Amino acid sequence: MTAFLDIAALDDIPRQGARVVKTMIGCIAVFRTAEDQLFALEDRCPHKGGPLSEGIVHGTSVTCPLHAWVFDMNTGQAQGADEGAVQTYPVRLEAGRVLLDVTRLARRSAA
Amino acid sequence: MNKERLVLVGNGMAGMRTIEELLKLEPDLYEITVFGAEPHPNYNRILLSPVLSGEKTIDEIILNSRDWYAEHGITLHTGDPVEHIDRRKRLVRSRSGLEVPYDRLILATGSNPFIIPVPGADLPGVLGYRDIADVEAMIETARGFKRAIVIGGGLLGLEAAYGLQQQGMEVTVVHLLDTLMERQLDKPAAALLKASLEKRGLTFLMEAQTAAIQGRDRVESVRFADGSEIATDLVVMAVGIRPNMALAQSAGIHCERGIVVDDTMLTYDARIYAIGECVQHRGHCYGLVAPLFEQAKVCANHLAKLGYGRYQGSVTSTKLKVTGIDLFSAGQYQGGDGCEEILFQDPGAGIYKKLVIRENRLAGAVLYGDTIDGAWFFQLMREGTDISEIREDLLFGQAHLGDSGHGGQTQAALMTDAMQVCDCNGVCKGEIVKAITSKGLFTLEDVKLHTKAAASCGSCTGLVEQILASTLGSDYSTPEAKPICTCTDYSHDQVRAAIREQHLTSLSDCFEKLDWRRPDGCHVCRPALNYYLISTWPTEALDDSQSRFVNERVHANIQKDGTYSVIPRIFGGETSPAQLRAIAEAAEKYAVRSVKITGGQRIDLLGLTKEQLPHIWKDLTDAGFVSGHAYGKSMRTVKTCVGSQWCRFGVQDSTKMGIELEELTWGSWTPHKFKLAVSGCPRNCAEATCKDIGVVCVDSGYEISVAGAAGMDVRETEFLCKVTTEAEVMEVIAAFTQLYRENARYLHRIYKWVARVGLDWCRAQVEDPANRRALYDRFMLSQGVYQTDPWAELAATPADWAPIADLTLRAAE
Repeated sequence: MTAFLDIAALDDIPRQGARVVKTMIGCIAVFRTAEDQLFALEDRCPHKGGPLSEGIVHGTSVTCPLHAWVFDMNTGQAQGADEGAVQTYPVRLEAGRVLLDVTRLARRSAA
Repeated sequence: MNKERLVLVGNGMAGMRTIEELLKLEPDLYEITVFGAEPHPNYNRILLSPVLSGEKTIDEIILNSRDWYAEHGITLHTGDPVEHIDRRKRLVRSRSGLEVPYDRLILATGSNPFIIPVPGADLPGVLGYRDIADVEAMIETARGFKRAIVIGGGLLGLEAAYGLQQQGMEVTVVHLLDTLMERQLDKPAAALLKASLEKRGLTFLMEAQTAAIQGRDRVESVRFADGSEIATDLVVMAVGIRPNMALAQSAGIHCERGIVVDDTMLTYDARIYAIGECVQHRGHCYGLVAPLFEQAKVCANHLAKLGYGRYQGSVTSTKLKVTGIDLFSAGQYQGGDGCEEILFQDPGAGIYKKLVIRENRLAGAVLYGDTIDGAWFFQLMREGTDISEIREDLLFGQAHLGDSGHGGQTQAALMTDAMQVCDCNGVCKGEIVKAITSKGLFTLEDVKLHTKAAASCGSCTGLVEQILASTLGSDYSTPEAKPICTCTDYSHDQVRAAIREQHLTSLSDCFEKLDWRRPDGCHVCRPALNYYLISTWPTEALDDSQSRFVNERVHANIQKDGTYSVIPRIFGGETSPAQLRAIAEAAEKYAVRSVKITGGQRIDLLGLTKEQLPHIWKDLTDAGFVSGHAYGKSMRTVKTCVGSQWCRFGVQDSTKMGIELEELTWGSWTPHKFKLAVSGCPRNCAEATCKDIGVVCVDSGYEISVAGAAGMDVRETEFLCKVTTEAEVMEVIAAFTQLYRENARYLHRIYKWVARVGLDWCRAQVEDPANRRALYDRFMLSQGVYQTDPWAELAATPADWAPIADLTLRAAE
């Protein structure tokens, strides 16, 4: 089951940038690529906890601002020689609005 | 649509490197078939010597396993050499009769050991030294026999001799000339090497010409031209290699000493490339791995239909892989017309160093006994660095130039595995060595990627290169002009020139005109490109904040816990009660966790959240502050002493000058951070002589010196010029800053840039009045655009800095 929640307008998020959503399980970074694709990732690098929302977005990847780990935003997997992953969350664009699936966020807070 | 068919003949290092490079660029363009004469998958031929000496096993030197070929959809035929090429039908036929058609063909047939045509050269027990089969045969012979003769006192011969001796044999090395390794060493170094190898139990027979190999069922002795004989059970011929071009010749492809190729690695047949030891390029044949890898890159570039790679030949270096003997040789080690030599000899300690210099550039080097600086010398050679400034100390190595910490390349070979190499990322030598051997790494870039060593501040780069060199033994791959990143093959200098010459004013222009591989680059190239664009075309290019590192985008310094620190500018380090009160109030209001006096004479407020930034900026800008740019590759601070206004020794008003200099230069973006200082007298209390630019006031004027550093590297500034008026100080410093902005590579501090271009060149640029004025004017033009306070601007939209949504409130409901 999914529950998409309208969190913002697309234009609230800068191209090749991100904005943060505060949740009960920590911050989630919602990214917008140069091609206007959206991705939602846990805003915490598995290496040293860097905020991925402040990283440089290139293609569908983001580079952690602290030690330059690169993550594929499609899968949340670290790229290249680094090993690790961040949680990804379904997000979609509808009529210029950004909808985030909050199912897993709610479940955790209910538990 | 059917894929084009690519056939590779020769499953060795050069050919497979080409395939790997091609897969990186275009993984799906071709249906690939590989033929190899040997029964093994691709292995690291340069590590055969450690296999022979028992320091490594064959499995340890395999580069691409059979699984790797399968994973990449490559058809591999091992133990089945190609024997015929039909260029009209465009197909190859192998020994087993297999016929495979091609659209493009790569010949990477390598080389054959040269077997001297003497009677008995075909007897059992006579071997070349080329492949796994030769090594296996040598190890097998060592089990049952005692005596060995190695013919050839070159690199390969000596490694073979050492390996056989490690396998328990009594070895005599026979050499035609009176100097060992004459292709790499001059006589004094060769004599030291010979003495050292003799001490290890090898016997040498110099100036001996082999006349015949004798024996009934297998080799029993070798007879020389002077009639003498030596009994032996094994003969290894290591007198050189010959490009293996038989297949190409039989197909009618033009060959001379090797298969002749152009700068794109294409043979005279436009469908057939050739690469590696079998080729002849601009009259040269290469037998070392680094040039082959450079060729592979170019060949792959053309196979991927990119069409801009060009191979222009290589400078090579050599290192002997005999444990415990340090030997390095590169370039024109013999010197010659127009060359000067710098020599150091300590026969007692077994050390010999020779540097060959031509026109203030290092042209060659031979190092024996102490090769710590080999990688550094090689780098100076490849980059063509002007060494006139460091000539006096050059021979004593990089460590002698004043590097602190790891810049000095403490002996990599002597380090234990547990010793830390990269302090930034906590990487030990053992991890690097393991990554190099287990993952088959050859380049500094590979090591950075896999281990993160040298991937942050880069001060251990020399050490990592040394570990690479000492682990791989022979030369390792270092391209002459390093590309900015994997998005492109262009170097920093090439990109910068293209931006200027082609008038590129946006990132998308660069990506398009320079054929970038990724549509919007990556985190390595984008910040560099953005800097080159705004510094070249200040009034036209648009600063792209999404291509800046976090600190420059957020205009604060990110800390390890994700909070930020804020440093308002305090011009010249002179403040006032009102300013201090405003800072104190802001610190209390936002519950700043630390208040710290910085080394740049200002005050750092630490522990702020991103949301708080626009609010504290508003308070600070309302009190008259502007951003201190403590976070940027930009002008940081101008440190001052109190000067003649107060100090009984001061000869000029250094505080006032510092304030004016900071007012002139603040807000300018530079290749790296950039710090100034002004001292009011030669006592130099503002420590101006370890800054990027320093001014020391003297009675008769101002001495301006540049290229100091007091970080990872500690360096004293070098004298640039002396001027008599304050106005001249301003003009010289603005002009020099602009020279740096226009010419240095991104992320090079002034001292690194000056080391590359030479201080003489810099001085000539700013001494010429017209040129100095033009530089000054260009600097001021840029300042007209960029000397604005980002804080005042960004404080206006605090909502952009807060979370876009807060679901914790919703869940609480």
